[in-house]
Amino acid sequence: MAREATKGRKAVTTLVAWGIGLVIFFPILWTVLTSFKTEVEAVNPHPSFLFFDWTFENYRTVNERSDYFVHFANSSAIALGSTLLGLIIAIPAAWSMAFVPGKRTKDLLMWMLSTKMMPAVGVLVPIYMLARDSGLLDTRTGLIIVLTLVNLPIIVWMLYTYFKEIPGEILEAARMDGATLSSEILYVLTPMAVPGIASTLLLNIILAWNESFWTLNLTAANAAPLTAFIASYSSPEGLFYAKLSAASTMAIAPILILGWFSQKQLVRGLTFGAVK
Amino acid sequence: MATQASRTAGRLMLSPAVVLLFLWMIVPLAMTIYFSFLRYNLLMPGTEEWAGFDNYHYFFTDPAFWPALVNTLTLVIGVLVITVVGGVALAVLLDQPMWGQGIVRILVIAPFLVMPSVSALVWKNMLMNPVNGLFAAMARGLGLPPYDFFADAPLASIILIVAWQWLPFATLILLTAMQSLDQEQMEAAEMDGAGVFWRFWHLTIPHLMRAITVVVLIQTIFLLSVFAEILVTTNGGPGTASTTLTFLVYVQSMLQFDVGLGSAGGIVAVILANIVAIFLMRMIGKNLET
Repeated sequence: MAREATKGRKAVTTLVAWGIGLVIFFPILWTVLTSFKTEVEAVNPHPSFLFFDWTFENYRTVNERSDYFVHFANSSAIALGSTLLGLIIAIPAAWSMAFVPGKRTKDLLMWMLSTKMMPAVGVLVPIYMLARDSGLLDTRTGLIIVLTLVNLPIIVWMLYTYFKEIPGEILEAARMDGATLSSEILYVLTPMAVPGIASTLLLNIILAWNESFWTLNLTAANAAPLTAFIASYSSPEGLFYAKLSAASTMAIAPILILGWFSQKQLVRGLTFGAVK
Repeated sequence: MATQASRTAGRLMLSPAVVLLFLWMIVPLAMTIYFSFLRYNLLMPGTEEWAGFDNYHYFFTDPAFWPALVNTLTLVIGVLVITVVGGVALAVLLDQPMWGQGIVRILVIAPFLVMPSVSALVWKNMLMNPVNGLFAAMARGLGLPPYDFFADAPLASIILIVAWQWLPFATLILLTAMQSLDQEQMEAAEMDGAGVFWRFWHLTIPHLMRAITVVVLIQTIFLLSVFAEILVTTNGGPGTASTTLTFLVYVQSMLQFDVGLGSAGGIVAVILANIVAIFLMRMIGKNLET
């Protein structure tokens, strides 16, 4: 009897949760569906959900017209480049703070986080001018440097919280056995830290991929990533819903898939370990 | 124990990150402060001169300043209320046993992964467009006149879009916190005859308080600098109806090329964000102890 009741309750919960989940997901689903419609079908006053003539035409048009792959390459280069550069700078720093903490380590961590609090718009003009004067405006290198610095505090923090969980005795044992500092980091610490480093990498790629303030303001044509490619669709141009949908789908698909795999790390990274 | 050698090595390994972040913080900030005291327009090169506090005076007396400040606060508070209330409700719901929980969670998280310019464009064109949008089609189906979201309620429309983007974040964090809720305590309270609402109010909410604080403070930092959503949808208009401080500074420095004025606005934005940041640091600092 009681079992029946819980089963009924579970069914209701399932129904409500799926309903709400689908409503929240709907704009994305609708975009993906529209990307397979013809332009005329896309603005049909009586829109249909599944029963229309599916076409891949839009993907071809978008590709031909606006060099999707150039922007995709820029986005990938910037996201990967800034993440790897950030990891190279952050891994030694996080190692040092986790295993050789000083009196001021906590203050240092706090200060690093505080640089993240500075609103980008407050320093837009000088960064723009510095980039312009050093010839880094509208280059991948320029954006890689800026996004590395923007996300560095998050990378350091995430790695720090992961490294903290590695027992220090193991490192000491390695040291007893005569391991040098570099081999200690390379052969003892790194293998144990791989899961932590991997999730830091994932989260940071997501953040860099979607970053829209610096990428929109520091690029024009050459280094424009997908954020700028999509923003170029912001002025209406006749019938363009299906093309817009195709472009949007292509821009978000890689990161959606990546993000679904790293849900847990997202929480951890974004709250700096304050919620477990 | 850490030896002297490893301590020195630690300092060395720490220094690149510290030096880079320090430069990244101090150089642009110093330049912005300096510019904010200059009469400096990129369209009139070579005419820079000391302006004292003029730029700050102009910024505060700009007819767009007060609307921008009010809009910024409305946007932040509006999105916070929607995401926290919605996030708590969703977290409680998703914490219940159900079939396909993993899939529902994936559906709910998705908006957070969509880049801001894409979600803004999708909402603007495909959902909220008064002629061709899906909402207009639904309104017609119900026999109602279509609603022109961005003309009649620009700020509310942007709040809706931004809330949609951040609801997953709030839900995810609160759901994670829900999972550490003491089930035995809940069951004990149920045995003692405590109702669902009593348990929610006296056990669930206090347990979630820390997570709610984290959500509020972290979102506030990001919401203060919402940019792409405004640029793509309303461009701050009509008039100044959806101009925020961030957007106002962008218009002044990048579109009107008034570096001095834009810098003064930037400093005001930095001060505002720092007031918020102080609270965040205190709280995360406290959590770091435990």
